[in-house]
Amino acid sequence: MALEIIESCVNCWACLPLCPHQAIFAAQPHFLIDSEKCTECSGDFRAAQCASICPIEGAIVDELGEALNPPGSLTGIPPDRWAAARAEIAARQVVNKWSISGH
Amino acid sequence: MDLPVIASSVAPSGGCAAGICANSISQTGGHSEDLTEALRARVEDHPCYSEDAHHYFARMHVAVAPACNIQCHYCNRKYDCANESRPGVVSELLTPEQAVRKTLAVAAAIPQMSVLGIAGPGDPLANPERTFATFRELALKAPDIKLCLSTNGLMLPAHIDELAKHNIDHVTITINCVDPDVGAQIYPWIFWQHRRVLGREAAAILIGEQQKGLEMLVARGILVKVNSVLIPGVNDRHLVEVSKIVKAKGAFLHNVMPLIAEPEHGTFYGVIGQRSPTPAELQALQDACAGDMNMMRHCRQCRADAVGLLGEDRGAEFSLDKIAAMTIDYQAAMALRADVRAQIKAELQSKRDQAAEQALKQAEQARAAVAPQLLEFPIRPVQPAGRPVLMAVAAKNGVVAVHFGHAREFLLYQASEAGARLVGHRKADAYCAGDDSCGDGETLLGRTIKVLEDCEVVLCARIGIEPWGRLEAAGIQPNGEHAMEPIAEAVMAVWQEMLAAGKLDPGRAEAKRA
Repeated sequence: MALEIIESCVNCWACLPLCPHQAIFAAQPHFLIDSEKCTECSGDFRAAQCASICPIEGAIVDELGEALNPPGSLTGIPPDRWAAARAEIAARQVVNKWSISGH
Repeated sequence: MDLPVIASSVAPSGGCAAGICANSISQTGGHSEDLTEALRARVEDHPCYSEDAHHYFARMHVAVAPACNIQCHYCNRKYDCANESRPGVVSELLTPEQAVRKTLAVAAAIPQMSVLGIAGPGDPLANPERTFATFRELALKAPDIKLCLSTNGLMLPAHIDELAKHNIDHVTITINCVDPDVGAQIYPWIFWQHRRVLGREAAAILIGEQQKGLEMLVARGILVKVNSVLIPGVNDRHLVEVSKIVKAKGAFLHNVMPLIAEPEHGTFYGVIGQRSPTPAELQALQDACAGDMNMMRHCRQCRADAVGLLGEDRGAEFSLDKIAAMTIDYQAAMALRADVRAQIKAELQSKRDQAAEQALKQAEQARAAVAPQLLEFPIRPVQPAGRPVLMAVAAKNGVVAVHFGHAREFLLYQASEAGARLVGHRKADAYCAGDDSCGDGETLLGRTIKVLEDCEVVLCARIGIEPWGRLEAAGIQPNGEHAMEPIAEAVMAVWQEMLAAGKLDPGRAEAKRA
């Protein structure tokens, strides 16, 4: 039984000092959890400490690959809204590149 | 002759009429009597606390505190962008040892450096070991550098004794609300006592700890500045109440900053399209709070790894690899800092003395001139001399020194018969400068004119023909005739010219206030 940090982690350090078993360590390109040490905080806390402070949705998953903080749960940004904003930004960049190469 | 009557209504004090804001700590918004001489001495070399000081003294932030224990809707922890300038953004995270080395290197290269702050990119008190290790070493190795910290306040009561022990002189708390219902619209969650707390409950805990922390800091004699982010429709009117409460509890300066929210930043507010306040809205709110509280008008919302004078960022000169190549004589650097500091303080003192002398002289002249006139024309009402005018100044080190096209920011002064008063500043280029990647296609000049649209005059060292024409067309008069003059003198000279030309008649509609 262990949690896993995946590639969306931004290396913000918030989780590292909270782990009761020092299972989290700094690594590149992102922090990692030593699966030998991780107990998912069972017996120590009601909720896994790393996932309780992690600001990035989806960055910590359980053994089934399920996100402890699913999309929209932390930022409050609905996933479809976020996708639409990203599409709009991307479209704007294409227009700008065209107008610049047109000169 | 009308002049004596005009002179009679010149306020002898207040504003920055004679010199670079030299007669008082002018962030007091006309309430300079609130600040004791002792307090002035404590902040006179702190660029973020003293408007006088920010023209002369430099500060730096070291990015040793990555973790954060709350989420704010205006923040996104993912961002690490060299082109952006806003709080919470850094290029390079430092260990405490690296931060100490960087601080000593900067303080050797920039002898005006007086303050070291830890402001993030997360929350310093969510990283207490890293934060306090940095302070501990610096207190030993550079005892002349003032230490300060900027926090969301959640862990302030828990760390108050440690803060006091490290001789931290100044603390900034970001307080956006005192009402949990408002807070619930700003903070989606906090991490508190081993769990994530959501919504209104989270906001209530945060507000409680912030207020307790503020009281504990004041009780220990640590100076407290309060930062608030102005979010239109969320906390705009509420901030007037925040200002009253934090003042009553002993905060000595309130800094209301505009929300920065673009979709590109990936923040909740950016993505959902929450708008930022207009410059005029920000200024109106600062003015509304100023009746109760000392307001800060010169904040630049700098990055958590900013280096140099406010408004300039020399961080790129001091990256870790560049520092590694520097050889530094720490003792010589400290001695040089002491000399530079003494020179600057002497200059500020002489400006204050001059201003006080001039104010006294003006008051005497006014009395002498008015007395006989009042006898002659006892019922003549004193006419207001002319309406106030908002002017933008491309300045450096307190003088009109920057070419219009090179200005990355403008200081905003309100000129009136009471003198020149700093009321804010405007960034000349967007937070993200790269037009191709995140601009909206509008030219830089167009954007600059837009941010200055409520100003009537722009003072700069020089200006090209094209921007001159564009500014005039936008109803903003460019003026390059006061290059290298102290800001307040230049601003008042232009105002007097406008007055003499009859452009400021009180009856005349204010062109810019339509």
